[in-house]
Amino acid sequence: MKLLTLAAPIIVVMLVAIAPAFAVDTDLTLSEQGIQRSADGGLLEALMFYVCAAVVLGSGLAICLSKNIVRMAVYLFGTLASVALMYFLLLANFIGVIQLIVYAGGTLILLIFGVMLTSKSPWAKFDVKRNELIAAGVVCALFACLLLFVVVNAEWPLETDAVVVGSSMTQFGVGLLTNYLVPFEAMSVLLLVVMIGAAYMARQE
Amino acid sequence: MFEIGLTHYLVVATLLFVMGIFVMITKRNAIGILIGVEMVLNGANINLVAFNRYNGMSNIDGQITSLFVIVLAAAEAALAVAICMNFYKNLNTVDVDHGDTLAG
Repeated sequence: MKLLTLAAPIIVVMLVAIAPAFAVDTDLTLSEQGIQRSADGGLLEALMFYVCAAVVLGSGLAICLSKNIVRMAVYLFGTLASVALMYFLLLANFIGVIQLIVYAGGTLILLIFGVMLTSKSPWAKFDVKRNELIAAGVVCALFACLLLFVVVNAEWPLETDAVVVGSSMTQFGVGLLTNYLVPFEAMSVLLLVVMIGAAYMARQE
Repeated sequence: MFEIGLTHYLVVATLLFVMGIFVMITKRNAIGILIGVEMVLNGANINLVAFNRYNGMSNIDGQITSLFVIVLAAAEAALAVAICMNFYKNLNTVDVDHGDTLAG
């Protein structure tokens, strides 16, 4: 178990490192190895997706079951990094990079600092009553069944067969400075407000 | 089996979302609740990016929206950690059940 806990982040980092090789957006030939991706998305994409999904759901489940807040933060890293991997698979390169930098790099460190600053021992445990766990589990399971039923049975009116353009980075930059300029500027003001507010609230008298 | 479609991603996002809600309900530690919120936001974000991908990628509105979600989540985490530190300073614990000073 301890070995698994240590190995999981390393495996996730390795997966993230090799992810862009699988996220190539058309059926390119990887000339060095002579590997041809099949035109229908291919086995590798499916394999990467299932590995990502397993890591996301496995570490999510571990967060649910773990009682130790530091372990929960480590498992959260697994979830966030494999969600970033999923973004690469979904051709959202920029979002994947931002996910890694902001979430896995920034927010998670902030959470761990929060844990260290707010407990006498970082291994402090908070016990939950058994019947509370059962009630929460039943409610969440029912909610999951409902959502899954809707998601699987719904017919989404999608524009299929549209051409996938190469990188979305250009579209991203143009979008942020044209259609989304106002929300973008509002976001920068919000970040300033949050920075001042957080520094004010966390100050020492 | 090998054709990965929109539904695959939606199922993963749904399960992550529900697990986040479970964490928010069951954890007593304020930082644990924050971790649950992050999971919920990530589940929603997978939805945004997946719909953007399988709707043809003729625009990237979904990706830009998910960028805003990420920025808001980072801001929320910074403020929430500051609030947790104040909570700890006043009550000497981060067990949210002790934050009932205003209860009648």
